[in-house]
Parts: sequence; structure tokens; C-alpha cells
Amino acid sequence: MSDITSQSLSSLINNIKNKKLSSEEATKAFIDRSNKSKELNTYVTEDFSNAILKAKKFDEKPNFDLKLPGIPMAVKDLFCTKDIKTTAGSKILENFIPTYESTVTQNIWNEGAILLGKLNCDEFAMGSSNETSFFGNVQNPIDKGLVPGGSSGGSSAAVSGQLTPITIGTDTGGSIRQPASFTGTVGLKPTYGSCSRYGIVAFASSLDQAGPMAQNVQDCALLQEVISSYDTKDSTSIDFNRNEYSKELTKEIKGKKIGIPKEYRVDGMPKEIEDLWQKGIEYAKDCGAEIIDISLPHTSYALPTYYIVAPAEASSNLARYDGVKYGFRAKGENLIDMYEKTRSEGFGAEVQRRIMIGTYVLSSGYYDAYYLKAQKVRKLIKNDFDEAYKKVDAILTPSTPSSAFKIGEKKDDPVSMYLNDIFTVPVNLAGLPAISIPAGHDEKGYPLGLQIIGKAFKEQEVLNIAYAMEDKIGFQNKITDWWIK
Amino acid sequence: MSKENSEYLIERYNNVYEVVIGLEVHAQVTSESKLFSASSTKFGAEPNTQVSLVDAAFPGMLPVINEFCVKQAIKTGIGLRAQINKRSVFDRKNYFYADLPQGYQISQFKHPIVGEGEVVLDMPNGQKKVGIERLHLEQDAGKSVHDMDPQNTLVDLNRSGVALMEIVSKPDLRSPDEVSAYIKKLRSIMRYLGTCDGNMQEGSLRADVNVSVRLKDSKELGTRCEIKNVNSIKFMQMAIDYEANRQVDLIEEGKSIDQETRLFDTKKNETRSMRSKEDAHDYRYFPDPDLLPLELTDEFIENLKSDIPELPDDKKKRFIDEFKVSPYEATILVSDIDTAKYFEEVVSKMGKNKDIKLAVNWITGELFAILNNKNLEISKSPISAKNLAKLVNLIKNGTISGKIAKTIFELMIDGDKDPQIIVDEKGLKQESDPKALEALIDKIIDDNREKAIEYKNGKEKLFGFFVGQAMKASGGKANPQLINEILKKKL
Repeated sequence: MSDITSQSLSSLINNIKNKKLSSEEATKAFIDRSNKSKELNTYVTEDFSNAILKAKKFDEKPNFDLKLPGIPMAVKDLFCTKDIKTTAGSKILENFIPTYESTVTQNIWNEGAILLGKLNCDEFAMGSSNETSFFGNVQNPIDKGLVPGGSSGGSSAAVSGQLTPITIGTDTGGSIRQPASFTGTVGLKPTYGSCSRYGIVAFASSLDQAGPMAQNVQDCALLQEVISSYDTKDSTSIDFNRNEYSKELTKEIKGKKIGIPKEYRVDGMPKEIEDLWQKGIEYAKDCGAEIIDISLPHTSYALPTYYIVAPAEASSNLARYDGVKYGFRAKGENLIDMYEKTRSEGFGAEVQRRIMIGTYVLSSGYYDAYYLKAQKVRKLIKNDFDEAYKKVDAILTPSTPSSAFKIGEKKDDPVSMYLNDIFTVPVNLAGLPAISIPAGHDEKGYPLGLQIIGKAFKEQEVLNIAYAMEDKIGFQNKITDWWIK
Repeated sequence: MSKENSEYLIERYNNVYEVVIGLEVHAQVTSESKLFSASSTKFGAEPNTQVSLVDAAFPGMLPVINEFCVKQAIKTGIGLRAQINKRSVFDRKNYFYADLPQGYQISQFKHPIVGEGEVVLDMPNGQKKVGIERLHLEQDAGKSVHDMDPQNTLVDLNRSGVALMEIVSKPDLRSPDEVSAYIKKLRSIMRYLGTCDGNMQEGSLRADVNVSVRLKDSKELGTRCEIKNVNSIKFMQMAIDYEANRQVDLIEEGKSIDQETRLFDTKKNETRSMRSKEDAHDYRYFPDPDLLPLELTDEFIENLKSDIPELPDDKKKRFIDEFKVSPYEATILVSDIDTAKYFEEVVSKMGKNKDIKLAVNWITGELFAILNNKNLEISKSPISAKNLAKLVNLIKNGTISGKIAKTIFELMIDGDKDPQIIVDEKGLKQESDPKALEALIDKIIDDNREKAIEYKNGKEKLFGFFVGQAMKASGGKANPQLINEILKKKL
């Protein structure tokens, strides 16, 4: 079968079920393309030979009742995978091999999928361009020298470059949606508590959430159905009625009320983003939705709030990487010296910056002014959404304030880098589900995404709106395979 | 004893100082598994054999609260007559140390599970109430071993994550003796509740001791020093004594006291500075985002309340009312749950015609003496409550004398023998036949004519001589009461 790698997940599943395609053929096709795509630098760890063995095993005794029968896929290297190196994009975990499996990846393997390898990401998921990874930056398949977004940059590049049919990322402040937007792919950040955090290397515990990334909404819905589960191993996992998202997916969204928050019209927003948003509103109307202007008054405080809460939690979450138990250890004169050298050499600049910010905002004398205040503002931001959702079913915004930028362009300007998350962080602070779908191109031909934010636990509604709009938008990703010689 | 006499005061020249003490007791929760993981808490296992991925803080591992430990903390709070907080929050206390795998300890800072309560101490000069500030749940750290390898510090994480209750007292204690009584009372309450075994040798109970001094009658608190991690009552008392005198000396020399953390050196019997206030850690406490606030329903708390056994104070009151023992005796009997259990079993086995006073004397006298001698807990007593009850009954019904009883008691120790069988086998039954005793006494008076005349002429001391002769003649088996009566009549 020709052109296996360009197929959507749904058609791969159909072909495997109808025995037009074996798992081995599919797996080999993605491995073959991955091998030709080293320049994208998407993989930190490849597990190709194992993948082929597993595919053969599947083909010998196929179980077509599974949701991902014999489907090969790569995952972000923030998910702990048993016996497979898990680095979180950091030198400090360069040779760390977990003896355990994250709940989310276990859910995926339970449904018959096969691990291809571990995908590059910003170090400890801290970054918006994949440039903070110890394993080097990732190239965006859209164009040479372009960032794939971050932190799930390896994931977004691997999906859009067709090195994996689907993948999973994690989203703490936009790390699924922004890279999806930058690569012309679909990425869902589920409600906080929908996907278990067990076995995911933690960045900011109250914000981290795993989610699906795919070429289209349908595939995204199926993967969400697989990965979302109530897990007693994660105390923040929530036991709610989870839909069969892919089965219940519908384009029928007539009469749905979609809010347009005026505060997202930020100063200096490029006209093409404004235009995209306007087009999005028209698409939503075409789908039969009702457009309602809303206000989310505390939006402008979201970014500073995020950059207090997330580093605060990170500074504590990353304390365990101390050279004592596992991971990288530098030689030191004594315990303190060993700590200092291990952490100075083991962590990159951005991670160190955030640890310092986090340590500062939690320090005695500053706690009230920063951390406590940020928590109060966080509550106000959540209240904004609660108020808005009395009037609307979902909210439509741009995913990012710009299209993908050049590698190196913002590397030395953290604030400008942080501004990339301006439309995505409020969602994490409020714990809501949101999806980014590709909705158009800018004048350079780079993809642009629209974000649909839903009510808590209403992933189905978010997916349905995205599904309906995707159909109207008719987006085509422009992948030229420029990196394949 | 008057109140003044029991006060612990430090005098220098014309100044009299009072010592103010507050304790932070760390009590290990009695529980099969740890506070946030399923690993075993069993004491004495090989190093690093009771460590889960959570305890060792592997990437992506998350804490899940152990409901049993929460119940244990609430029960303890009820035992301390304390406020149970329906909402409490777990915080992270951040600091780096080799035996702290997470780089933070999960504790409760602003919102503890248990609030203010009270413990009543029975002091020689009366009761003393000690306020409880709070009780919170927290994880224990691992153990750093510095003396097993010349080059390296070794770390044992078996203890890492074990549940502790930190019980903070108000600064209500005024002497080493009160501290001793307080620790013993806390220990007793927790042992009654089964929430902490109180084993100080195994580290299940240890305390940070806050000490300050002030001029007697002063209302303001002095600057305090905290003596860290003292693990025996004796060391606490020694540390307080040393520290209080050190502080008084400083004041007398016109120097000020630095607020600091100190260590007690048990070999030199002195405290020394560990770190000053300036060097104090900034723990950067914040709510642990991996754990939701702990919210308890009234029903949950009420269910636990109904599960609380009779506690020492109530038991003491009942012993006084029901068994007519003295408050002093009652205090001794209830101080340890196993003693109280033993006593109640003796009482119940004695049947209808019982002499409780006599039983108390035997328990607190002979029995305690052999337990002490053999260094045994009462739960391991070589003489069962059933057999001690029999022995007391044998005395009470006149079968044996108290003196013979002591002989029998010694024989009972080996193999928990039935005293009745010993009496039968050895023919130790008391001679209580008046006719036989009269004949015996007649012979003694006959043999000692002169002494009998001296007695009649007023040398009353000689009465004892005749009793002794009679007892001797009967081989110790004569009923002493009857001997007395007959002698009085005949002489």
C-alpha cells in the first residue's frame, strides 16, 4: 500500500482491520520515514526494532476489537515508559530508564498501539519553541529553520511530518495547542483531572495535563477516548462520566452559543491573526452557532499569574533531581557542592531561570506578594470563565498571537517567548478543556490555529465544535518534505 | 507537698528564674503502610527494602493519602480533647537533604488536621492542664548513615514517607518533671488509642524541646532555643536542665540569648548550637498541588468518636468510683493501658468476695517488683492475672497468710503455676483451727513461764515474742489473726 504515512489514524485503523495493511507494514512505513527525517530531530530515543517485533506479534494474533489495533506511535519524552529511556529533554535525566509506565501510555498500549520512540521536547516542558531541549532544537516540517512550537515540539513535528499518525503531548500553559497551531495539526488539552498525571515527569502539578495530538479532530477524539481515565494513583484525577468521544462526535452544533472574549484582542496583535479570528467567527456561524460577545476581564493578568504559579511549583517539583538517587550526578567536595554542581550542569538555562523565579516567589517575605496573590488572581480568572459560561457553551479565540517563528529568533528574549502563551495559559489556570485546530495560513504560508475553549468536562462539546468547523475550514497542510533528500 | 516545694526554679544571687517549656512531639502513626504509599513501615528491616517509587521520589510519582493514617490522627485528636478540623491542607516544606528524596517534606503548615486541645497531668501537687496547640500529619525523612563508610554517607529510605503526627504543645510546661509527666501522658493516651506505640528506643516518639527562661512572676516570654530531636525522657530532662541554666547564666552575665536551634550531646550532657535564626531554612511552604485539601464529613468524625476506647482520665475516674481505689493508686493503674487491662482482669477473676485493695497492693508491690527485676512489660508478665486473682483470694479467704502468699508468689513465677495447686502440693494451707492453735499456744506459754509473767507485769513488747514462737511452731502456717486473739486471751 502506497503512502501509508500520510493516512489519518482512522484510515490506518480501517485498513488494518480490513487486512489491507498489517501492523508490521504500517510500523515499518513510519520507521522508514522517521529514518529519512533525522534532520527534524524529533526523536530523543528510537525503539524501532522493538516496535517491529511488537507489530509482528500483533499480526500473528491480531485483536481488532482494540481501539488502536497495531497502530505505531511515538510519544513525548515526558511520559515515563517502562524499560525505555525517559529524559524530559534534560541532561539530568539523560540516561534515566524508568521501571514503570505512565497511566496515559499504559492506556494506549492496552488498546493495541505500539511504541515507536520518545519525542523531543523542551527541557521539563519549559519552553515554547523546543529550543530548551538538551537534545537540540526540532525543525518544523512546515519550513526549514522554523520552530515547531513547544514544549511538545517533537510531538507536533512528528505528527505534521507524518513520522507518527498520532501522538500525545502535555500542556501546562499551551504546550500542546501552541505547537499544534505552529505545525498545522490538531491538539487537545483536556480538563484538568481528565488524564492521569501518574508517571508523567512533573513540571507544574496544578496545571499539567496530557492530551492527544493528531492530523484531524476525529483522530484526536479517539485518542482522547483512549488516554482519559480515572486513576486512583493520581489524587487530582477526577471520576466523571467520560464520553466515547469518537463515537459521539458530531458536526451538528446548530444553536450552540460561542463566546468571543474582547480581552483577547491584545495590543499589537498581527492583522492576520485578527483576520483569522474573524474568519473563525464566520465559520462558526456557518455551522449554525450563535456568536455572543463576552468579557473575561482578568485576562491580562493570566500570563504574570502563570509565570508565578508554574515556576513556584516547578521549583519544588524539580528539587528531586539532586544527583542522589538517579540521573546525572556531578562530583562534589561535599553534599552541598555536589548539589550545586549537579544542578548547575544538569539543568539548562531556562529551567534554572524558572527554578530561581519559583524559589523567589515562594520565599518568606515574598510569598504573600507573589504566590498568594497569584493564587487569588487565578481564582478570579476561573470566575471569569464561570461567569461567561452562564451565557455561552464555548469560547473561540486564536491559539497563538503569531505563526511559527524562526529558530533562535526569541531565544534570548524570555519575555517575548512567554508572550506566545498569552491565549493558552488562562485555560490551564482555569483547568478547562481547549483544542487548537488549524484554520488558515499567514502570508508566509505558515499555519495558524484557532482555539475552542469549553466548559470543564465538556471535551465532547469542544471536539464537536472543532469537528464541525474543521469541515467548513477545509484546511490543507503544506508539507513539502523539504528535509527528505 | 506544697505547690512551692515542687516548683522548678533557678536561683542566682537575688534573682529567681522560671523555665518555660513547649514541646513538639513527633509520634509515628501506628499503621501497616506509609502516609502516601503502600510500603511497609515495619521496624528493623534491611536498609532500603521498604521503599516504593513514591518514597524514593522517582519522576512522575504521586502521593496518595493513606486513609488509615488520617483516621489515626483524628482519633489522637479526639484523645487530646482537641478540635478536629474538617478541612486541612497538605503543604510542601522545601529543603535539600540526602535523605529527603523529594526535596520537600509533605506536612501540614497553615491548616492542620487537629487544632487546640488539652492534656491533664497528675502531678504530686495536683492536676496540671497543658494546652495542645495543634496536631498535624507529615512524612518522616529517611536516615543518613555517616559512620559505615569512610568516604560516603549512606542513605536508608525505609523510614522515608512513614506517617508522623507532630503534636505541638503550648508553652505551658514549667519543669523537667512536668515534661516527663506530659510525655508519659501523651504516650499513654496514644497507646490506649492504638495510634502510636510510643516506643522511644525505635524512634516512634521523639521531641523538639523549646526552652526559655524568665524572672519568676514575669509575664513576658524569654527568647527561646529549640533543642532538636531528643529521643528519651531522661535526655529531655537533662537537656532542659542544662539549657535553662545556660540561659540564666547568660542573662546574669548581662548577655542576650540568641534564638537558635541546638543539639543535645548525650555524651557531654550539654546543648550546643546547631544553627542560628539567621541561618534558619526558608522552607518555602506552599500547598502541595499533588494533593487535594483533606475534607472530612461530620459522619466520618462521629464514626471515629464512637470507636474511641475508654481513655486514661475516664478510666481513672471509674476505678476510683467503682473499685474505691485511691486517686494515687488509680493514676498508677491507668498510666499504661496494659497495666489497666491486667488490673481489670484480676478484678474480674476474683469473683464476688473480692478484696480490690489487696489486689492493688499485690500488683503495684510484688508484681511490679518482679517485672522491674526481669525488665518485663506487664503484657509479658510471668504471672497471669487469673492466677494473681486466685492468690489474692486465697489470702482473702484465710487459706494462706500474707507471708505464705509471698512464698507461693515466688513459686508461681516459674511457669505461671496455679497458687491453689502449690498450696495443696506443699501443704501450705493456713492453720485456722482454734483448738489446735490453743493447744500449740498452751505449750509455748508453758515452755516460757518466766516471759509470760514478765508480760503480765507490763512488759508488753514480749507479745511479739509469743506470736513469733507460735508462728515458728506452726511452720508459718498459723493464722496470725487467730494467734493474736488466743494469745491475748491466754496471757
